[in-house]
Amino acid sequence: MTDTLDRAPAPEEQAPRPGPVSRLLGHQLLWPVVAIVVMLVIDVIAVPSFLDLRVQDGHLYGNPVDIVRNSAPVMLVALGMTLVIATRGIDLSVGAVAAIAAAVACTRIVESADEGAASAAILACTTALAACVLLGVWNGFLVSVVGIQPIIATLVLMVAGRGLAMLVTDGQITTPSNDAFSGLATGFVLGLPIAFLIALGMVVLTAVLTRRTALGMLIEAVGINPDASRLAGVRARTITWTVYVFAAVCAGMAGLIIAANTNSVNANSLGLWIELDAILAVVIGGTALTGGRFSLAGTVVGALLISTLVRTIPSIGIPSEANYLFKAFVVILVCLLQSPRARAALRVRGRRAASSKAVAA
Amino acid sequence: MTHTQERGVTELPNDRRPVVEMRDVSIAFGNVQALDRVSMRLLPGEIHALMGENGAGKSTLIKALTGVYSIDTGRIVVGGEEHEFATPAAAQAAGISTVYQEVNLVPNLTVAENMLLGREPRRFGGINMGAMNRRARATLERLGLDINPGSLLGHHPIAVQQLVAIARAVDVDARVVILDEPTSSLDAEEVQKLFDVMRRLREHGVAVLFVSHFLDQVYEIADRMTILRNGRLVEERMVAETSQLELVRLMIGRELEVLDRLDRDHGRAAPNSATPVLTAVGLGRKGSLEATDLTLFEGEVVGIAGLLGSGRTELARLLFGADTADHGGLEVRSTRRRLRSPRHAIDRKIAFSSEDRKAEGVIGDLTVADNMLLALQASRGWLRPIPSATRAKLVREYIQALDIRPTDPNALMRNLSGGNQQKVLLARWLITEPDVLILDEPTRGIDIGAKAQIQTMVADLAAKGMSVLFISAELEEVLRLSHRVVVMRDRRKIRELANEDVSVGDLLEIIAGETRQTELEGPA
Ligand SMILES: Nc1ncnc2c1ncn2[C@@H]1O[C@H](COP(=O)(O)OP(=O)(O)OP(=O)(O)O)[C@@H](O)[C@H]1O
Ligand SMILES: [Mg+2]
Repeated sequence: MTDTLDRAPAPEEQAPRPGPVSRLLGHQLLWPVVAIVVMLVIDVIAVPSFLDLRVQDGHLYGNPVDIVRNSAPVMLVALGMTLVIATRGIDLSVGAVAAIAAAVACTRIVESADEGAASAAILACTTALAACVLLGVWNGFLVSVVGIQPIIATLVLMVAGRGLAMLVTDGQITTPSNDAFSGLATGFVLGLPIAFLIALGMVVLTAVLTRRTALGMLIEAVGINPDASRLAGVRARTITWTVYVFAAVCAGMAGLIIAANTNSVNANSLGLWIELDAILAVVIGGTALTGGRFSLAGTVVGALLISTLVRTIPSIGIPSEANYLFKAFVVILVCLLQSPRARAALRVRGRRAASSKAVAA
Repeated sequence: MTHTQERGVTELPNDRRPVVEMRDVSIAFGNVQALDRVSMRLLPGEIHALMGENGAGKSTLIKALTGVYSIDTGRIVVGGEEHEFATPAAAQAAGISTVYQEVNLVPNLTVAENMLLGREPRRFGGINMGAMNRRARATLERLGLDINPGSLLGHHPIAVQQLVAIARAVDVDARVVILDEPTSSLDAEEVQKLFDVMRRLREHGVAVLFVSHFLDQVYEIADRMTILRNGRLVEERMVAETSQLELVRLMIGRELEVLDRLDRDHGRAAPNSATPVLTAVGLGRKGSLEATDLTLFEGEVVGIAGLLGSGRTELARLLFGADTADHGGLEVRSTRRRLRSPRHAIDRKIAFSSEDRKAEGVIGDLTVADNMLLALQASRGWLRPIPSATRAKLVREYIQALDIRPTDPNALMRNLSGGNQQKVLLARWLITEPDVLILDEPTRGIDIGAKAQIQTMVADLAAKGMSVLFISAELEEVLRLSHRVVVMRDRRKIRELANEDVSVGDLLEIIAGETRQTELEGPA
């Protein structure tokens, strides 16, 4: 499976002669992975038992499990976002869409005849995801048919979507009690958190759909050069439209998991700013905001990095006010290390150093 | 100065020292050695031609000089001092003004803004728009170009964009002006205007570096030339002392025979088929093409002759559904069809290769293989990927048939030389095996050997029944290939004639003559 997931983004213009070391150093995912490892090491230094795993009722517990489980919502949103960004777009409405999905599901469960029944949960979730399809169709329509810039087109739903979610919940914080539903976030299958399995399942499904067919290449072609793609007969409009629908469905699933985790939905705050985390995960994973080549494996790593970061902050005793600052710092560092220009600068200094050494010798 | 007379270096007049001297410059990209110890020097007050096949390393050498690429080894001396420019801007500041092969201006800025980008006239800290437009207009007028400086660059065809890029380069006071294939899509008249400018620059002591695959142009304008082959320096020569035949041999390393084969073998008489494949009936679009009738028959090559802005590209785009017609219609094999998008046209087995390679053809970050198979894959649909064995076979076949270099199907498209990219785009359409092939400037930027090869290929395809619409600014090429020639002017078709004993002069006369007596001419 890894070869499907792992199609590295385009190498830089002037590739260094590839030895094994420089190939590793040149790999897009090197620095994000290093960042995760470094954070985990810092965590262990601060809290020696940080990585400990416990088995309880046949389920795994512990910080690593939490990190993986909590990465699920961002990973799902980022997955949809990856394809949107690959087509040169962006979707700012995913947070609002997540809230709408959660609102629809929770109110449906609360309103159903038998609130605790698994069937009620399934029906509610299906309805919620169907609503997401409609929302995605709306976004895709604005972008691909009307031709509005993606950032503006999805801003509409980003703003209006919260209002929609409020309408659905009547402005109340809705708290369903349904075991099947909360199992989405807290349940385990084969010892692993269901939430993570759902996210991973979607990633694998997407990988197969894009890389085992021609879809991924066509998406990339549209993102790299839309005019040329259209002239080559690629159905650019349909492809663009579809990725917005897909992004909305992914966001909806994330919304359901978030709501299930707290067994409640607050239309105002659920999934707030998750679009930013998702965009970040995508960029850290090596998919450029300018569209084109995308890396699903990168997005997975990006989402894991963000969730590790979130766990690390309290464990090393950073005050919660400095939360965002610290996050910004790590992100800037990773992006810098990844940037071809920064790396070229490092390389030039390295080369200068080497040649002056040669002169000295 | 020590006089070590190397092989293949011309004598310099005593009083002249080179303004640019590149010595033993090497650049490798991964395992492609793009330049291998290449030397070149430019003299003030001379026009210097840089010659070589597609992929020989011409553009790379230019980019090495202007700081786009950093060199692995070698020395660059500019104005007596050793220099390695870190950025193109630094080269520009040192008096080297460059027009790169692929126009890299900003489409959504105006013509004037593009011409003066980075050195806008200022007033009160802001940009003085009035002065900017005036200055741009003055430069354009000096070049004899009628382009509105306030119009958006992106709204102009690629040839006009190319002219704007040239105007930008000659507007500054430069010691060195570099023009990488500036004439690839220009008409004869614009070429002459450009040459006038180049001669004026030469008189003022500027060193001009000129790249072109048109040998006649080189012989008309250049004084000295440097010839590259496969990333190596072959020789520096005086143009006047080198015959064309010799030059070609130096460039490709062997004799070239294919050229006249076409003229001898390819009977220009119309093919006998009377099966219309694509018919335009009163096809037109407001502001771009007046109602036009045209029929393409099976196995026929129809050439379009006309100047820039005559409507030749617009006609091609309407036939392909790239633009939608607002009057008239199309018949495909005598059945009325509406082509609402390129996709519809492709489904009817019509193919169109655009003149604007960079904006409308190349998918830079995908591989050569993906680029080649894009149209075929698109028409199969995403659910039916081309089986990898078929993929490999097709790609290998076309890389070989069109002599695409590098031969690696996984090379990134954007790393190919301009001419090789053009070949990949041709392959993209040939692979779809169309009934109608519309080629807008298909040999743009293609070297002399490959050009003959492509012309032969077009003739062979037509002989097998394909109909081809062939558009080129190079009238010789149109005449060499076509059975029938359509002459266009002022966004309409003015004449249609069988290609029997028609000369380039005749065509030029028709094109020019119509100005004076448009009313008298009916469609032929
Ligand atoms: N950025 C790059 N990365 C990898 N290979 C490159 C890159 N740029 C150029 N090359 C390779 O270097 C060689 C020389 O290319 P160059 O563009 O200089 O050719 P050229 O002489 O200008 O040809 P043309 O007449 O087609 O424009 C080619 O084989 C090309 O594939
Ligand atoms: Mg070139």
